[in-house]
Amino acid sequence: MAEITLIEAVTQALAYEIAHDPSVVVLGEDVGVNGGVFRATAGLHARFGSERILDTPLDETTIAGLAVGMAFQGMKPVAEAQFDGFIYPMFDHIICHAARMRTRTRGRLHCPMVLRAPWGGGIRAPEHHSEAPEALFAHIPGLRVVIPSSPARAYGLLLAAIRDPDPVIFFEPKRIYRQYKEAVPDDGEALPLDVCFVLRDGSDVTLVTWGAHVKEALETADALAREGISAEVIDVATVKPLDFDTIHESVKKTGRCVIVHEAARTGGIGAEIAAQLAEKAMFDLVAPVERVTGYDTPMPLFRLEMKYLPNVDRILAAAKRTLAYR
Amino acid sequence: MNTVASFTIGYRQVLDPEGRIVDALPEFARDPAVLVDLYQRMSFTRVFDGKAVALQRTGKLGTYASCLGHEAAHIAIGVAMQPEDVFCPMYREYGAQFVRGVKPRHVLLYWGGDERGNDFTGPKHDLPWCVPIATQCLHAAGAALAFKLRHEPRVAVSVVGDGGSSKTDFYAAINSAGAYTLPYVGVIVNNQWAISVPRSAQTGAETLAQKGLAGGLQCVQVDGNDVIAMLAVMQEAIARARRGEGGTVVEAVTYRLSDHTTADDARRYRPDDEVKQAWDREPMRRLRRYLEALGVWDEAREQAWKEQCGREVDIEVNAYLETRSQPIESIFDYLYAEAPHDIAAQRAEAMAWEEGRRHG
Repeated sequence: MAEITLIEAVTQALAYEIAHDPSVVVLGEDVGVNGGVFRATAGLHARFGSERILDTPLDETTIAGLAVGMAFQGMKPVAEAQFDGFIYPMFDHIICHAARMRTRTRGRLHCPMVLRAPWGGGIRAPEHHSEAPEALFAHIPGLRVVIPSSPARAYGLLLAAIRDPDPVIFFEPKRIYRQYKEAVPDDGEALPLDVCFVLRDGSDVTLVTWGAHVKEALETADALAREGISAEVIDVATVKPLDFDTIHESVKKTGRCVIVHEAARTGGIGAEIAAQLAEKAMFDLVAPVERVTGYDTPMPLFRLEMKYLPNVDRILAAAKRTLAYR
Repeated sequence: MNTVASFTIGYRQVLDPEGRIVDALPEFARDPAVLVDLYQRMSFTRVFDGKAVALQRTGKLGTYASCLGHEAAHIAIGVAMQPEDVFCPMYREYGAQFVRGVKPRHVLLYWGGDERGNDFTGPKHDLPWCVPIATQCLHAAGAALAFKLRHEPRVAVSVVGDGGSSKTDFYAAINSAGAYTLPYVGVIVNNQWAISVPRSAQTGAETLAQKGLAGGLQCVQVDGNDVIAMLAVMQEAIARARRGEGGTVVEAVTYRLSDHTTADDARRYRPDDEVKQAWDREPMRRLRRYLEALGVWDEAREQAWKEQCGREVDIEVNAYLETRSQPIESIFDYLYAEAPHDIAAQRAEAMAWEEGRRHG
């Protein structure tokens, strides 16, 4: 079996679902003949044609609004925002319509759409190309927000997102689009939404993250292991709804939790996890919860972006602060 | 300099404010029974509207957006559409919706604070009311795109106001309708006022219809108080869209005879004279005059019809007033197809709280 990158896993999942479900269409800027600026839709237009792979006029409002309109008429649009930083004009359609169509019509209509976007920093991209807006969407009732961290999870979670009857925001960590390859069978098997993935078992400290920073969390766990410290690593994967039970089970073992995300700290998903730890796991904790996050500033231009993003040293230092408590 | 493109915007009026025929009668309008039916539907809508305002004034309805003066435009839209078409309204097109099978009780439920108003009778694929302004235009374009991709001979129709035609979403809708040659009809019901801002302050364009030119759509302005011209224009636009020839922007020129909503007081910002003159152009009087001239309507029939409308509206009002509120758990029950664990937990929390209040 050929090994593929995360971006190729996205393409593979899209192709599988387009081939197997006639209601699935892909729309976005440059997704057609060009195959997407990151090549997420490479080859799909040639294979499936203009009625399944639609280039749109250059307007994010249009993409979101058309997707909502198609979805409530029974299609399953998979819309692409070309970059995370261009997604904000779509808010009105996602928040006021897609997320609440089912509830405001008491189930008469619903919006089975996926909004995909390359997400996050670390690729020396221009301004507005490196945002991490997951918390903005996670705050909205009625949405799911999913962020894969490996080729296999990108494939399985994207299939699940497309098959889900409710709107899903699917953020793809562009920093690891081509970081490594793994074997991903094209078997149409979806992975479950709404659950965390425990990537590494440990007993001393829990490292919780998602997206590209799963890599740094695993490297931190390796570094801690060299010092005889056992770290558990959890990939949240679906940041909304949050599978807090899996995080709680881990913290019951370790008593320590370090949350890592590249988005700004205030009001981030880390704040929600920390709040739930305070509500439900207070007496399981032996150390204060640590957050290692982007700073509460705009994402800097790329000369400084690696200093903005959490790195292994910062995560390691936070983990050691929790380990000072016994 | 050479001209690379040039455009004109046509204006359609058949029945003038005095009830005189001033242009060729469309085929359908040669049958008086058709015109009586249109008149009766407009009249029913007006009776309903007056009752809804009265309900709000007596504390039995929340804020309500009246359709007074829009009856011709709205009824024509509803009559021109087929059931399988998709209607994407703003929030005062009750006349069109009644034609499509929506019951007045659902209008009242919605403005009475109950989501079940959006789960209305009539075509299940029609969109609910759309308060954010003009987003429904893009949803209609998206629906039209779905029809085109599935090769279905269906048409999507949206309604937006003169103010709404200033919004990004309106322009995005006409642009995408043109780019994909969609079966889309975008009606601008120009009632001259966007709450307190007059039409003249919305745009420097001579007409709102011409906004469709930039998207490559057909554009027409019509007397929106003339149900005959309005229906003719809508039928042509919808037929053209159904044939796959592309979209149309229809500007229906009318006047909002009411306040914006029951929470508004239009006397603060518009002159009484203007409203008084608008009453001379309103849609019911001219049609009634014409029908009376044809000998198919008179004062006795008017009174009998209004009484019948009143009885039918009362049945709907009673059905609305007798509809009990949903329990608190209903706010969770339709959020997702299946409640995720966190929503299920909050649902249980809300129910336990309510239960505790009942017993505590």
